[in-house]
Amino acid sequence: MSARLDVRKTYKLFIGGKFPRSESGRTYEVSADDGAFLANAALASRKDAREAVVAARKAQPGWAGATAYNRGQVLYRVAELLEGRRSQFVEEVAAGEGIKTKAAEAAVDAAIDRWVWYAGWTDKVAQVAGSANPVAGPYFNLSVPEPTGVVVVLAPQSSSLLGLVSVLAPVLVTGNTAVVVSSEKRPLPAITLSEVLATSDVPSGVVNILTGRTAELAPPLASHMDVNAIDLTGTVGAEGVAWGELEAEAAGSVKRVVRPRDSEPDWSQLPDGPRRILAFTETKTVWHPKGM
Amino acid sequence: MSFEYAPAPESRAVVDIASSYGLFIDGTFVEPEGGKTFKTVNPATEEVLADVAEAGEPDVDRAVAAARRAYDKVWSRMPGSERAKYLYRIARLLAERSREFAVLETLDNGKPIRESRDVDVPTAAAHFFYYAGWADKLEHAGFGPNPRPHGVAAQVIPWNFPLLMLAWKIAPALAAGNTVVLKPAETTPLSALLFADLLRQAELPPGVVNIVTGARETGSLLVNHPGVDKIAFTGSTPVGKRIAAEVAGSRKSLTLELGGKAANIVFDDAPIDQAVEGIVNGIYFNQGQVCCAGSRLLVQESIADELVDRLKRRLSTLRVGDPMDKNTDVGAINSAQQLERITMLSQAGEDEGATRWTAACELPEKGYWFAPTVFTDVHPAHRIAREEIFGPVLSVLTFRTPAEAVAKANNTPYGLSAGIWTEKGSRILALADQLRAGVVWANTFNRFDPTSPFGGYKESGYGREGGRHGLAAYLAEGSAL
Amino acid sequence: MTASVSSATSDARTGADGSSSDTEKVLARARDVVGATELDDTNLARYLHGLPGVDKVGADGRAAMLGTRSIKTTAKQWALDTIVSMIDLTTLEGADTPGKVRTLAAKARTPDPSDPSCPRPAAVCVYGDLVHVAKDALAGTGVKIAAVATAFPSGRASLDVRLADTREAVAQGADEIDMVIDRGAFLAGQYSKVFEDIVAVREACRADGAEAHLKVILETGELATYDNVRRASWLAMLAGADFIKTSTGKVQPAATLPVTIIMLEAVRDFRELTGTQVGVKPAGGISSSKDAIKYLVAVNETLGEDWLNPDWFRFGASSLLNDVLMQRSKMRTGHYWGPDYVTVS
Repeated sequence: MSARLDVRKTYKLFIGGKFPRSESGRTYEVSADDGAFLANAALASRKDAREAVVAARKAQPGWAGATAYNRGQVLYRVAELLEGRRSQFVEEVAAGEGIKTKAAEAAVDAAIDRWVWYAGWTDKVAQVAGSANPVAGPYFNLSVPEPTGVVVVLAPQSSSLLGLVSVLAPVLVTGNTAVVVSSEKRPLPAITLSEVLATSDVPSGVVNILTGRTAELAPPLASHMDVNAIDLTGTVGAEGVAWGELEAEAAGSVKRVVRPRDSEPDWSQLPDGPRRILAFTETKTVWHPKGM
Repeated sequence: MSFEYAPAPESRAVVDIASSYGLFIDGTFVEPEGGKTFKTVNPATEEVLADVAEAGEPDVDRAVAAARRAYDKVWSRMPGSERAKYLYRIARLLAERSREFAVLETLDNGKPIRESRDVDVPTAAAHFFYYAGWADKLEHAGFGPNPRPHGVAAQVIPWNFPLLMLAWKIAPALAAGNTVVLKPAETTPLSALLFADLLRQAELPPGVVNIVTGARETGSLLVNHPGVDKIAFTGSTPVGKRIAAEVAGSRKSLTLELGGKAANIVFDDAPIDQAVEGIVNGIYFNQGQVCCAGSRLLVQESIADELVDRLKRRLSTLRVGDPMDKNTDVGAINSAQQLERITMLSQAGEDEGATRWTAACELPEKGYWFAPTVFTDVHPAHRIAREEIFGPVLSVLTFRTPAEAVAKANNTPYGLSAGIWTEKGSRILALADQLRAGVVWANTFNRFDPTSPFGGYKESGYGREGGRHGLAAYLAEGSAL
Repeated sequence: MTASVSSATSDARTGADGSSSDTEKVLARARDVVGATELDDTNLARYLHGLPGVDKVGADGRAAMLGTRSIKTTAKQWALDTIVSMIDLTTLEGADTPGKVRTLAAKARTPDPSDPSCPRPAAVCVYGDLVHVAKDALAGTGVKIAAVATAFPSGRASLDVRLADTREAVAQGADEIDMVIDRGAFLAGQYSKVFEDIVAVREACRADGAEAHLKVILETGELATYDNVRRASWLAMLAGADFIKTSTGKVQPAATLPVTIIMLEAVRDFRELTGTQVGVKPAGGISSSKDAIKYLVAVNETLGEDWLNPDWFRFGASSLLNDVLMQRSKMRTGHYWGPDYVTVS
């Protein structure tokens, strides 16, 4: 009997809760670490990037307006579905990163646990980073962290799932929405993650994922006037990208910028506190008099 | 034409109640060594629901030993992220089985099914969900870089919110890394025993949670057991004082959540319709059997008559009756004993000269029932202004100025909660500063959230449950200096 | 500054018979309640802003709790029949034709061809220039004809134009007039203008022997705050409204349960104070039986029996009727119904 032919997946972009092809009609070849053909991924254009920002902005008030408990439940649900797709992710990560199954399993397990860790922060960040301030006068004074808005995330080039989760989840915790530029050479787990997001309770537009050339997509996003913050982590190891230039572009609308490290971090280490969450928040301080 | 609501009964069939239950120790149900049992009844009908084991000294020993083993060998060695995932499982299972738990809670406690369904069970599930997220973040909770649990926690809970109080105790204890021996109240053991079954589904390692049913003696054995590192008690102030005395001189850590006689303060500029709802919610929710109940209405004298008229009109629309009916607002009193106390204190109110008014309602023949009651012309010297009645009885006092309101509100050995009704924000905040109460509700009442610390001043106890502060009780670094 | 109401009424006094003394009574009562001889912006503001505030979270909470009532079996049957009898079956489209109005009227006459025991709605509600069509079509049925007037839905036209609009509908035989208040004037604090408008329209409803009842649409979606809903309710009732109505249905949000409850509380307190009973009509956005039943529960628990009939409570709706008919059929037969089995209108 001949071997059964598998039905291969088509990898498209994830924008506004839907899976469109690039408006440019372009794709590019994604190969395994050993050069074998894996799939054609959509080669996103600056127009796709613009659409993604529109979708993220539209979804942001609703996501920020949900209770912290609700956001936590939604994010936890994503972890439940990630767990269900574990073997699919293990295959994609192993093939794309050229690592053994055992290492891929460790990475996927860590990614799921990382997502759970962040889900548990939604209703705690305010308690850790907020405060009632004892001003010298008859005033009630309260500081609370609020989401900054729409965040562009350049996902790590090398760690295609664990690294991706480690930069995406913290953005969502307080109610930001995200436009993610996936790893250029290892984009496939990002789209499979999109499938998980599309079938969980994450509202459309909260996460948008573009696959393609970092050098092509990062500049229009860095200079986009309706983006509030940008995470430049994915510039490490990206072709034709200088993160300093992107930071300079971002200054045009005073975006909050997270600079990359010199090299891609060891994502297996648990984050050192909620710093990655707080990088994408604003602190709101309110005064109110106290008097009978 | 009047709009009569037809009966809308919730079905009992969704939950299985066994005819008898053992003790849940080390992951299984076991018979009590002394073989003693007691019955738990449905307070709305006096029907016996089940036989329940009474844990004696050997049983308590066994439970504490199981908790200690589980702590030493399993739970204290488990990374926080794994503990977290057990707690998330529990939260999700509770949400999945919420209907079973709600029905069981109503049958065993007497509270309306609407409350069990909409408040008790969802809040309990949320509590587990919240604390699950702390289990792997303790170093960021403000207790130092490496806070440690106490070890074995003994927890004794009351009958007014059986499942919710269980969640308030077990969730933070486990999140912090402790193991637990919990004693539910004598009249409401069933939801805790169903919870044990839920732990089976969650595959929680044996011994991490142990449930020993019994009455006062079991509680005393548990609290005095030398193998216990931490005690958490919610219940009456007299019993809390006794426990504090018994624990004195030892190294056991103790937190107490006791009684209250909260003042609900209504100013002349209050949003009046919402204030009436808040007063009603404050004292008739859960049949007034709430430690933080707004049992003293302090109303500004200039609007007192109008407010009381509106209140009485509103009370006449309260539906008192079968707790299993989805339209019931006020259910049964939890026990004959509690009913007797409420009756006795209400009589004292009349004897001392207060004016008694009761909503007209038909009370069922069987079961323990008390119609919502309001006393006006109450003064601070009256018993019904000072003693916790723990029933659907409101005492109305008046005040002239904000300062007088504060003085009257604080004039009590209790200090659990308070309510403020006014449209003036600055007054709310100034008053909140001056009220000696652990929880202040402004333009609302009886709001609970897992993120919001709850606990009392003075004889209402010490320690907080809920929020980041709620971890303190269960961490060595949050407790003794 | 703004003309006080006394000069407006002296104009009216030269007009109709009977209506002016009725107007005088309304004005006298308003002066009495407000505690001023001049019903100008300042005095009206003092009174309206002195009404108790509404806490939004508390009000929403009360509505949510009332929404948990479980209405089953005999109670549900009664509720569904009552709801039908309270519906003002409505068509208010620019594209309305006599044919469309006749179809609607036919539906009001025979809501459920398969069940003759089905009650008729209280009224049909149409634009003023189509009143005569509805009137002919519904002669002898007891179904009232309600007309929207006063440059519905925006209300942005001169008083003369709005009164002419009203008079024409009344002359064609409308039993009820649904007017809109000037929301711009209200939000700008020109309470006396809003008040005078209502008084004038009310007179037009009662001119020349006519006895059209006046419903005053507050357009609560544009008033935005619950405090404004309470104030506008009182302003309308002081000016003599027979009914206060939430919305035109042309603006989102239209009727909501919390807003309606605030209006129910207002009519309750108004009757307590003055002895006069005023009706309430939520309109727009109520399309399911389940939602309509919640409103009925709210009336029951806020006001009681006295308001639980079509004389004092109405639903402004179009698609609600078919949903209720399907629910009625389901209760009668035991199985779920489908849209093929109820008639379009």
